[in-house]
Formats: sequence, C-alpha cells, structure tokens
Amino acid sequence: MKLLWFHLMPYTDLPDDFKQKHNSVWVDIDSRLFDPRKAHVLYNEFMDELEHAAEMGFHGICVNEHHSNAYGLMPSPNLIAASLARRTRDAAIVVMGNSLVLYNPPTRVAEEMAMIDCISGGRLVAGFPVGTPMDTCYAYSQNPSQLRQRYHEAHDLILRAWQDPDPFTWNGRFHKLRYVNVWPRPVQKPHPPVWIPGGGSIETWRWCAELDYVYSYLSYFGYKNGEATMKGFWDEMKRLGKDANPYRAGFLQFVGVAETREEALALYREPAEYFYGRCLHLDPRYALAPGYSSEATQRARVRSAVADAAARSGGAGAGQATGFEAIVDQGYVIVGSPDEVAEQLRDVATNLNVGHLMLLMQFGNMNRQLTQYNTELFAKRVLPQLERLFDDRWEDRWWPRALPAAETVQPRELRG
Amino acid sequence: MSEPSERHVQVNGRRCRVWEKGEGEPLGFLGGLRGLPRWPRFLDRLAERRRVIAPSLPGYPGATGFEELDDLADWVTASLDLLETSGLDGADLIGASVGGTLAAEVAAFSRASVRRLVLIAPFGLFDEREPAKDLWATRPDELPELLSTRPAELAAYLAAPAGEDALEWSILLARASEAAARLLWPLGELGLRKRLHRIQAPTLVVWGSEDRLLPPSYAKKFASALGGWVEVREIADAGHLAEIDQPDAVAAAILGFFT
Repeated sequence: MKLLWFHLMPYTDLPDDFKQKHNSVWVDIDSRLFDPRKAHVLYNEFMDELEHAAEMGFHGICVNEHHSNAYGLMPSPNLIAASLARRTRDAAIVVMGNSLVLYNPPTRVAEEMAMIDCISGGRLVAGFPVGTPMDTCYAYSQNPSQLRQRYHEAHDLILRAWQDPDPFTWNGRFHKLRYVNVWPRPVQKPHPPVWIPGGGSIETWRWCAELDYVYSYLSYFGYKNGEATMKGFWDEMKRLGKDANPYRAGFLQFVGVAETREEALALYREPAEYFYGRCLHLDPRYALAPGYSSEATQRARVRSAVADAAARSGGAGAGQATGFEAIVDQGYVIVGSPDEVAEQLRDVATNLNVGHLMLLMQFGNMNRQLTQYNTELFAKRVLPQLERLFDDRWEDRWWPRALPAAETVQPRELRG
Repeated sequence: MSEPSERHVQVNGRRCRVWEKGEGEPLGFLGGLRGLPRWPRFLDRLAERRRVIAPSLPGYPGATGFEELDDLADWVTASLDLLETSGLDGADLIGASVGGTLAAEVAAFSRASVRRLVLIAPFGLFDEREPAKDLWATRPDELPELLSTRPAELAAYLAAPAGEDALEWSILLARASEAAARLLWPLGELGLRKRLHRIQAPTLVVWGSEDRLLPPSYAKKFASALGGWVEVREIADAGHLAEIDQPDAVAAAILGFFT
C-alpha cells in the first residue's frame, strides 16, 4: 500500500478564546489574527516538514486548496507543489487538489499542473475536488446551483487540453474558448493520474468508476466514521462490476506515534484539541448553500447512515467531539506506540479496503519538533510494517509514472 | 378558501403548473422565495375581483427545468414563454421577491408584455451602504424571523400538508431555494438598475415596513429609477413576505392601485 503525508498548513496561533470571541475559522475569519511574520516561519517550516516526509520514505506528499480559512493556508497549492517538486526526488506530489470551478478559464489548471509534472519529472497526482461550499460558494461566491455543471465542463476541458495534440475550439456551456492549446504538456501520458476527493455522494462514486479515477474520502473524523462511506463506495463498485482493487480508494487519517501509548496520549492532546476545538469552529451558515448537494444526495442523507458521516465531514461540526478522550475514542486520531499504530492502520486499511492512506501527522498547533518526531518514528517503525500490504494481489494503476532516474535532473545546491 | 383550478404549460420542454381562480380581467402573479407551495389567502383576496393566474417559474413548486437556465437571458426567455403560454401576455402582473425581479426584467426587456406592474419587495438592486442581508448564509431556524413578522404562520404555511411525504416536501422547498440562488447568487443584483428606466408600465412598489432581508428603503431606490408612473406603498407590520404577513392589506393596496 501507499502511505502519504498530508499537510493542511493550519495557522498555529489562534487564541485560546477563539471559539468564544470569533464567529468562524472560515469565510469571515478575522484577518487581525493573521501575522505575516508568523506566516513566514510557518510556510517555511511546513514545507520543510513535507520535504522531510519525502526524505524519510513516505510514498507521496499531499497539499490541498482552501480559501479564507485559518486551518488551511494554501489558497494556491500549486505554488507549494512547485517548490516541493524542486526539493524532493522520488515522492509523488499529490495536489489534492485544484477546485476546478475557481479557475477561469480552467485551462489554467491544465497549464499549472503540466508545469508541476514537468518540473517534478512526472510525479504529479492531479486531484480535482468540487471544493467545499465554504471555499467555492462563499469565499469565492460561485453559484452553488451551477457548481457541479461547471465542474464537469472544466474537467472535460482540462482532460482534452492535456491529450489533444492539436489546438482546438471549446464551445462549452460556460466557457467559450477559440484557441485551446496548453503548452507545456504533462510528462505523464496520456495524463497524470486523477484522484477525486469527495464526500459520500453516489454520483461521485459512479463517475470515478466510469472514468477509472481514484476516489478519496478526506474526512477529519477518522476510520470509524469513514466506515459507512467506504462500505457504500465498495458496494457501488461491486454493483458496477468493478474489481475490489484497494488502490481505487484513498482515505485520510490523523496519526500520532510515540514510544508508548502513554507518551502519545500526553504529546498529542494539545494539537488534537487545538484542531478539533479551534480549527473546526465553523459557522454552519457557510455550509448550506442551496443546490450544493444534489437532490439524490439530500434523499440519501436522510435515508441512510452513509449520509450522516458524509454530512459531518463537510465540516458543519454538529455533535463533533472536541475533548481528547472522545477524539481518540471515536477514532478521529489514532495514537499509540509504533506497533500499536501499525496494527490499527493495518485494520483500517483492510476493513476500509484503502490502498492510498493519507496521513495527517502535523495537525492543529503541533510544533516542528513534535511533527518531526511523529514523522520519523512512523517512517522508521510503522511504514515498513505496512507498505507491502495489498501488493501481493493488486497493482496500483493510479500511481504517477515518473521519468527514469537517468533522465531526471536535480536542482543546484544553495550557496551563500 | 376554495382550491384553484390547475393546468400545465410547457416551458423549455418542461411542465410548469398554472393555478387559476376568479373571474374578470386576468391578473398574473409570479411567486417569491418558495413560490407557491400552497394557494395563499392573499391570492384568494385578489380572486374576489380578478381572474388570478399564477404560473410556476422553473424550479418552483409545480415546475422543474431550472437546471437548464444559466443566465439572465435564459430566465427572461423562460419567464416570457411562461407568461405567454399561461394567457398573461400584456396583462397586469404582480411579482414578489424573486418573482418581482423577473417581473421587472420582463417589463424592461419587453414593454408590451406587461400592462401594469406590481413589485412586492423585489430583488434586483444592491446598495453597499445599506446591504441586503445574506439570505444564503442563514440557518434554517433563523429563516422565518428573517422573512416574516409572523414566523409561526410562515412555518405553518411552509409545513408539509397532511399526507405529503415530509422529505419530498422539504426537497420541493429546497429546489425553490436553489432556483432563486441559481438566478440571484451571490448578491441578488443582475444589473437591473441599468434597465429600470425602460419600465414604462404604471408600477406599484409594495414593501413590508419590517423587511429584514431587503431594506424597505430600497422601495424608493426602485421608484426613483423606474421610467413611468410609480406609487410606493409601505405595508405596516409586514416582513419580506408582505403578502403572507398581511394578505388583506397587500391585496387591498393592489386592487386600489388598479382602480
């Protein structure tokens, strides 16, 4: 299986009384809480952490896109990915991803991702999320009723722009482009692997199956809450006659490793409570854009349990735990010794049948030192216990196909 | 209160419900935020004197097909098709809230389509100095208070009738909400200010004195930009859905304007 290291890049200095004094971490987050001097340090440390994870042997490093959000400081994940492409060698660069509707024209995504694929020598995974209502409908004022129609048109345009060798005209419903001719083109042919981060919507599952894309369930609420959604996904794959290749799926999980469980419980309490308490303090007014959820999803949400979990991952936060004991108990964060964590993650990967496990190992206000400790301990003593899982039976057809080493170049050393 | 008669017309290849009641000169009504989930007292009052024809705009209760409408031109075209096939071409027309903005657009783009116009708290303008509240950043439990001075009565008006599937009813209302968002997201402003001078039909602008969504001061902004004879009537103790809060007073103001 593949173990990937995911960074949200949270702002780490939200005040203790953030929940009491501020309305929301997202959309109307108070800009007076943002110190650019602090952000200078954070961005550089966070990029160090991603590079460090790649050096330690994680198979991929992941970034994503959020707007007006204090727990996600990457309005442009492509900027970060471009830098990571220069400073890493083998790891996949997983951009998880670009919210397609926010790029006008969407050929911008085709261009920038092709650049990253060229710079990295073919290590890009192209993630195409619809984007949350908070990001798309509120922070970027996109029409929720048109969001999915625009998303699908943007997707079709980008895929054709990567593959059609000739300039073409796009007479779309939302985009009219006389000359589409993306230059540069991606290294990977016919195009970089496409992964779709999604909630629990049945339309998304069917679409991933039809186009042979990876479906990634990026919930902050861990494996216990994710079980129903992943079961729904696999039931649908079976119904559609698709194989049970675990590499069809990705799943996000928070993890904290230490020498002993006691030590882990002591070390990860504060950052976990910071994340689930402050970072997920979201005004639900910004999670309810009319038309964002299809009518089929609205029906499913009421009629099935899949739904519940999916609705919660949207970030609305209803009934969500914020105390550490409950956070651990409900599986939001897996903590323990290396062997305990390996055993739990093996169960998670097997039960959920997930080949791409995306691990959040810096979360909340976790500092650089603890992040490094968590990452190293995992890479040295957990990863080796897990990486061969599934490989006897399944091939990862959705992993980047990088250039052979002999064809790649490395950046010059920094001097002075 | 007897039920209206019901028929259907085709707009854009999709069925749209048309409710009708009363005798006399036809009087059109384009509904507001949730359309007409049921026949309201307000239209009964009007039907005592006029033949009231209330066609459902795409996406509102009784009609689908709004997913095909992408921009203002599409919505105005659909509205014109709907009015003409319902027998309202050149008739008096009332538009409330979202229906109000489309009634105004129709009257601006196609002067002959509307004889006399009534706008009840229409969307269409946005003044940064007196911004409209964000309808779409409102929790469901806050909505009745935002829209109405009689939130309990509004909740009863919107509640699923006996025998209706509660989930499907909630989806019906959510669809209407989406249709409004599809036209008006994010500000409820589509450049109508630049077209208001073209509306030369005599116009009555009605606004609830307690409209907490669109400030009542917007009534004057509309009135001063309209191109023909204009009257403004503020309705006491009424919110954004003035015709639901004060059906008798709003109906009386409209019938008075027409005589």
